[in-house]
Amino acid sequence: MSDGAAWSGALIFSPAEWTAIFLSLKVATVGALASLPFAVGLAWLLARRRFPGKSLVNALAHLPLVLPPVVTGWLLLIGFGRHGVFGSALESCCGLTFSFRWTGAALAAAVMGFPLMVRAIRLSIEAVDARLEQAAQTLGAPSWYIFATVTLPLATPGIIAGLILGFAKAIGEFGATITFVANIPGQTQTIATAIYSATQDPNGAETTWRLTGIALAIAFIALFASEALAARVAKRDAGG
Amino acid sequence: MIEIAVEHAQGDFTIAADIRASGRVLALCGPSGAGKTTLLDVIAGLRRPRRGRIAVDDAVFLDTARGIDVPARLRRIGYIFQESRLFPHLSVAHNLTYGARFASRGPSLVAFADVVALLGLEPLLARGPARLSGGEKQRVAIGRALLSNPRVLLMDEPLNAIDDARRQDILHLIETLRDAFAIPIIFVSHSVSEVERLASDIAVIEAGRLVEMRAGRGAP
Repeated sequence: MSDGAAWSGALIFSPAEWTAIFLSLKVATVGALASLPFAVGLAWLLARRRFPGKSLVNALAHLPLVLPPVVTGWLLLIGFGRHGVFGSALESCCGLTFSFRWTGAALAAAVMGFPLMVRAIRLSIEAVDARLEQAAQTLGAPSWYIFATVTLPLATPGIIAGLILGFAKAIGEFGATITFVANIPGQTQTIATAIYSATQDPNGAETTWRLTGIALAIAFIALFASEALAARVAKRDAGG
Repeated sequence: MIEIAVEHAQGDFTIAADIRASGRVLALCGPSGAGKTTLLDVIAGLRRPRRGRIAVDDAVFLDTARGIDVPARLRRIGYIFQESRLFPHLSVAHNLTYGARFASRGPSLVAFADVVALLGLEPLLARGPARLSGGEKQRVAIGRALLSNPRVLLMDEPLNAIDDARRQDILHLIETLRDAFAIPIIFVSHSVSEVERLASDIAVIEAGRLVEMRAGRGAP
């Protein structure tokens, strides 16, 4: 009996854990959605256009994938901190503050997930038959219209996959986040940084287990959702 | 009047053709690999030739000597590709009207209802392209091109994807298009005998060169 009570007690999230979970979901959702338009734009440029410096742009976009996350986080701190070039400009123009705020965690998540998104979306745009775009051209459509009505809808499964990848990467992001915005409960503490804190705490085993469980659940739900959405779009495109 | 005088290089292959046709239906004939489709792409503005002049009636699409190179989307060319190239995610109806919102330039020669009736597309309108036969796809592609209000129709091997039984239907259809819509037609075929009846002018092309220009039996 007492064992059972202890077990059910162990399954209940503490308020601090809930805060970390909701913050993670908020950070990952905002980070993935805010970087999506940029990722789609860059993926289209890389897939369909030739321009000088293309390989440099490609390398820059992929940089967060290969750099140590702590380096990315530190560069973000330099650039987007209160006194950084972009940070101070964004604060004075739009009232946006990044350092030690959840918005900074979202920015770190967006930057870290960006290469994965661009990669998935670029592949799906490259897989769209360019001859269909040519056909649209001969029908009088300007490039932006062709992009919106032919390229984008046909690349949707890959765009969804990219979005989910970006979201999943954001949920798991640790190094850049903790370097850029630290690990402040209720402010910037996400599932990943909360697990880290719990592992440093001799009494943190239960918290670690609960947050690990929720991380697994979010990962599975995200992957299944992306499969299901992509399958639905593929069915529609097959003319169902 | 159709005037196609171009020089185009693509790797080792070069096209140098000077074709002038006074009739309404010009056929480009020749063996496969002669450069016929490339020539259609050049006319449509999808490929850029080294130099030349392309004009249909009073519309000049390209004149490199005068620095004119109208972009593909402004040429108002109804291109019916060999593989139809229907948009797979759009219904037949939406495929047909895709070009309509850009077709306001110039007087419209073609009405939706007329095209649907002529091509027998009514029962197909709600379907997706994946559920069409080869011949049906071809008819939808023709309809889509017509509804973009073209100044000239380009047809790449319109008889190729079609079984013998329906071939006469399509030939008859092209004749009807010519007569009903008064749009000049340039079409590609590998067989001269197949196009004699239809074409007013036949250009025979081999290895990128015009080897013969002759009159067909089609009405001028």
